[in-house]
Amino acid sequence: MKKGIMRPGHVQIRVLDMEAALKHYVDLLGLIETDRDESGRVYLKAWSEVDKFSVVLREADEPGCDFMAFKVVDEEALVQLEKDLVSFGCDITHIEAGELKDCGRRVQFTSASGHCFELYTDKKYTGKWGLNEVNPEAWPRNLTGMKAVRFDHCLFYGDALAETYDLFVNVLGFYLAEQVLDPDGNRIAQFLSLSTKAHDIAFIMHEEKGKFHHASFYLETWEDILRAADLISMEDVPIDIGPTRHGLTHGKTIYFFDPSGNRTEVFAGGDYNYPDHKPVTWLSDDLGKAIFYHDRVLNERFLSVLT
Amino acid sequence: MRHFTITDITNKEEFNCRENEYILYAMQRSGRKCIPVGCKGGGCGVCRISIISGTPDFGPMSKLHVTEEEKNSGYALACRIKPKSNMSFECAPKPKASTNQEASTNLQLKEVSQ
Repeated sequence: MKKGIMRPGHVQIRVLDMEAALKHYVDLLGLIETDRDESGRVYLKAWSEVDKFSVVLREADEPGCDFMAFKVVDEEALVQLEKDLVSFGCDITHIEAGELKDCGRRVQFTSASGHCFELYTDKKYTGKWGLNEVNPEAWPRNLTGMKAVRFDHCLFYGDALAETYDLFVNVLGFYLAEQVLDPDGNRIAQFLSLSTKAHDIAFIMHEEKGKFHHASFYLETWEDILRAADLISMEDVPIDIGPTRHGLTHGKTIYFFDPSGNRTEVFAGGDYNYPDHKPVTWLSDDLGKAIFYHDRVLNERFLSVLT
Repeated sequence: MRHFTITDITNKEEFNCRENEYILYAMQRSGRKCIPVGCKGGGCGVCRISIISGTPDFGPMSKLHVTEEEKNSGYALACRIKPKSNMSFECAPKPKASTNQEASTNLQLKEVSQ
């Protein structure tokens, strides 16, 4: 059931070297720098997004993900969600407006899987980058690299998937779009959505809590994925796998690493859902095909290389 | 450009590394597989080694996998060090922070391959 959470809003990623990270996220991926703050964080957005930023980079000793945030429709819904989170047993941290520049107050909490999430309602509306609000052209000129269209979702690795499912579905109003079941019927992967998208967030079972697998960015076509792969080779960027297709979501994809070892995905296409759709199920015995539809074999890296 | 010989003590394997090249990248270029390859960015810790002899230049690497103290006692991630001399090493994977038997059993995949 809908609880007023609209969509993914931003992700804060830790990087070892900001200058190198910007080459990755701006020059290669094609995000646009929109601001910096006193603590040295850099704010980025993809061109089709309407708010000021969707990716925040923070220089730190350990790479990984600080938090992922979702945008809530209004203050009333946010207040209700806060109450529901507390009733569910979550510890809430209030982050005051302005701690992230031009972003309103944020409500922070941690899932049983060990990941930090945020809810907020306000962020400065700057409109799509490089386009007029009235009579907008098809796309802006002067985009760089892969010309990422939008920040789309994150995949996290951790344990306690059942408790995390309960939080996201029953408290936050996500629905289960797709899952992987082991032979005993336990869910070892859950792809959750707020929209018609194949996923807005995903979790895969892993013994260690709080691990970050990737942040994913949307491209329009398979040709764009191939062009992304060309750029990855031209820049000698470490690649994980691709270009290929996923079984899960059926998206066309390529995975590569930022200079701090955080994984990035760009993908195109994929399935859609409406409320009358049943969740799609894959079996863990066929996990190779579920993850990499063409090779039908998992690479060890996809399961074990995390930040 | 200078070249250095890098030796894996455990497997008795040698490969050549350019002075401006990360050791892990040189290993892959030479077709060797003695060090596991992960993110190649100092983040995941998969290519952790213990340096037995020789000195490298250190690039940034995750403190989660190599603390300052460990770095001083010769640990490094092979993807973030460049040689300043001939070097020898052995692989030194870090034990996992937590072990949950049930979770690891769930992901014991028959089809896993490198």
